[in-house]
Amino acid sequence: MVGIIDYGVGNLFSLRSSFAAIGEEAFVSGDRQQLSQADRLVLPGVGAFADAAQKLRSQGLDGFVRDQAAAGKPLLGICLGMQLLFEKSFEYGEHQGLGLLEGQVVPMAGKLPRGLKIPHMGWNRLDVKGGRLLTGMDGQYVYFVHSYFGEHCEGSLAAVTDYGIPITAAVERDNIYGCQFHPEKSGETGLAILRKFCSL
Amino acid sequence: MITKRIIPCLDVRDGRVVKGQNFQGLRDVSSPVELGKFYSENGADELVFYDITASAEGRKLFTDILRQVAASIFIPLTVGGGINTLEDFDRVLKCGADKVSVNSGAIRDPSLVGAAARRYGDQCVVLSADVKRVEGQFRIFAKGGREDTGMEAISWIRKCVSNGAGEVVVNSIDTDGVKGGFDLPMLEAVCDAVDVPVIASGGAGCEGDFVKLFHTLPKVDAGLAASIFHFGTVKIPDLKRTLSENNILVRL
Repeated sequence: MVGIIDYGVGNLFSLRSSFAAIGEEAFVSGDRQQLSQADRLVLPGVGAFADAAQKLRSQGLDGFVRDQAAAGKPLLGICLGMQLLFEKSFEYGEHQGLGLLEGQVVPMAGKLPRGLKIPHMGWNRLDVKGGRLLTGMDGQYVYFVHSYFGEHCEGSLAAVTDYGIPITAAVERDNIYGCQFHPEKSGETGLAILRKFCSL
Repeated sequence: MITKRIIPCLDVRDGRVVKGQNFQGLRDVSSPVELGKFYSENGADELVFYDITASAEGRKLFTDILRQVAASIFIPLTVGGGINTLEDFDRVLKCGADKVSVNSGAIRDPSLVGAAARRYGDQCVVLSADVKRVEGQFRIFAKGGREDTGMEAISWIRKCVSNGAGEVVVNSIDTDGVKGGFDLPMLEAVCDAVDVPVIASGGAGCEGDFVKLFHTLPKVDAGLAASIFHFGTVKIPDLKRTLSENNILVRL
């Protein structure tokens, strides 16, 4: 059973529907007791890093997620949820993340070749570097929407995508997984990735 | 690198998909859920659902249908029509929309785009502009293309983008329903004016129109159409193969 962590950030409708579509039981909750019953956890998120990190902390979910990850429970961060796995972010200032993975989140602005639009929005191709979650997914298209990206995360880098420069598309270390793209918006490929997560 | 997007647009009235010729003479085509699922499984990169219902009952029906659509398709979903307030944003986002398209609502309340962008993020706010040539000028039209606002289109679009619109759909009323190709001069003017993604709408009649669009204007990010997809005149998988053969990057 999949526990989707609800900390008041973003829309969880599609994510819940995606798990239903692949026949996996999933529930949305912000309650630690309830979430601790799940076999695996998903940390979603859209919006601003600082606001999301603050909401996680204020609900006591930051420590909970760290403890669950440390206990070996599979954890999948999606989009901003992936970025929160890192140590810190430089989105409007400097903000602490969960620190589950080495790396930091930085703006694309100023780093892309001229003419490329921000946000990086649309379908782009996975260049898989390693890990278990994206086995067999090399070259597949997935859907991205973001203006910031993870860097200095070589130790956990699982996939990149080309947007003038290589952009971190997925990370993985032991039982901790993260996708910058939205598997719940990436058609059959995305559903296959969620199915895989449920088998890990 | 990011691909060019092909986007079918589904106009919904009283729970059914319709398509106008120059925004008039609507014809019933199919069920939104069935058609949405069909497109999602057949190469569409994104879907736009446009609520053209006027009544409150129709709006309620649309919201119910939207929820069913969002639960059964797993590609990005943009919803527009009748978006006048932040509550309208909230209503459709809660039903599973990823992006919300504003048109007349942004004309009536110029603060709407900014307020929505601050609350939901720029990427969530799509400006849909109905544009028509009047006296040698691109003009913004309101109310489904029936009313000339007198506003010059390019400066209006630029202003909405600076307020936080993260994407612009340009519907050319001049070419809509004519099936003679996209309105390239109008689109070029918009592409030169803004740095956010631009979606071309109005005028596509065949595969070649999309090839010409992306070859002539590489800054255009997506092509949107309705009837040619609904009636099968253009099949999206064939279209994408054709685009790919013409060295235009698409998701196959």
